[in-house]
Amino acid sequence: MSRASLYIPLGVFVLIMSLGYIGFDLGARNELPSALINKPFPEFNARLLENPEKTITRADLLGRPAMVNVWATWCPTCLSEHEELMRIARGTDIVIVGVNYKDRPTKALQWLAQYGNPYDWVLDDRDGLLGIEMGVYGAPETFLLNAAGEVVYKRVGDINPRIWRDELEPRFRQLGVTLSATSESQNSP
Amino acid sequence: MIRYPLRKLSSWLLLTLLPATVALGASQIDTFQFADDVEKRRYRALIEEFRCPKCLNTNLAGSDAPIAQDLRKTVHRLVAIEGMSDQEVRDYLQARYGDFVLYDPPFNIRTWYIWLVPIGLGLLALFVLYRLQRSARVEHSGLDAEQQKRLQKIVAAKPDTRN
Repeated sequence: MSRASLYIPLGVFVLIMSLGYIGFDLGARNELPSALINKPFPEFNARLLENPEKTITRADLLGRPAMVNVWATWCPTCLSEHEELMRIARGTDIVIVGVNYKDRPTKALQWLAQYGNPYDWVLDDRDGLLGIEMGVYGAPETFLLNAAGEVVYKRVGDINPRIWRDELEPRFRQLGVTLSATSESQNSP
Repeated sequence: MIRYPLRKLSSWLLLTLLPATVALGASQIDTFQFADDVEKRRYRALIEEFRCPKCLNTNLAGSDAPIAQDLRKTVHRLVAIEGMSDQEVRDYLQARYGDFVLYDPPFNIRTWYIWLVPIGLGLLALFVLYRLQRSARVEHSGLDAEQQKRLQKIVAAKPDTRN
């Protein structure tokens, strides 16, 4: 056996270790790819949190891009992303739909009164059924829909300035969302 | 002392398998109503089959994560109320939660390596083993082909003196 071939086990070892490193370090451990990407957002019929008489369906989301944000008062990460959602709501004209997921409506209304309401509509999904249709397995989760009601992007975890810069803003531009001067100065006419 | 490795093996087996039996016993109990035992068995088999999306390595039956509870409720609804077949339930969950919920992923363009890497590693191991054995045999005698031939001749010519 030649001397060089003595290094084969070492090479194999390094290969296996690096595969393991890549596998565990991709940062995707808690992030499943959505089964809905490039597929139509599911049909739904949900009551509005603030006005239970009124219901919203998938058809109400069509015609312009929309961002659907799944949140709950029991979810601490939802609170930490709230400020960024407020900023996006102020700085763009995208329709933001909140899905109040497995929560108590009274608590949710209190929460919105206390921290501010970035949503155009908040859907009451207290039993999590809409969540299952959307493939939600935790909160927060955020879906980006094009005007045809197809899911173009899904984020599992918080929306933060880095996600805004790297993931959301480029897609907002692609979708033709107006970004106002406060969010992007060079974009103003 | 010759039995030591065996004892080590058996205690190792005990240590690794014992938690598995505990996990099997710890399946979540829900109070769902079923029309008959067939339906109940189908429900049990299905929640054993699907992976909980939140907990990476637990099935729906074994997890008490809220999403696992909700999905058990959903599987019950699909089986007992909507009367779906097993395959329809699989399709329903896969359409919403992706291949991830299926412990048995399909063989497709995104998953081929999951299936082929173990087979490839097995073949590689066999190849290395074969090479090692062959080189060990050659090294052992330390003779070249000419010398081997002479050795064979000597061994064949020498009368057996053992009896």
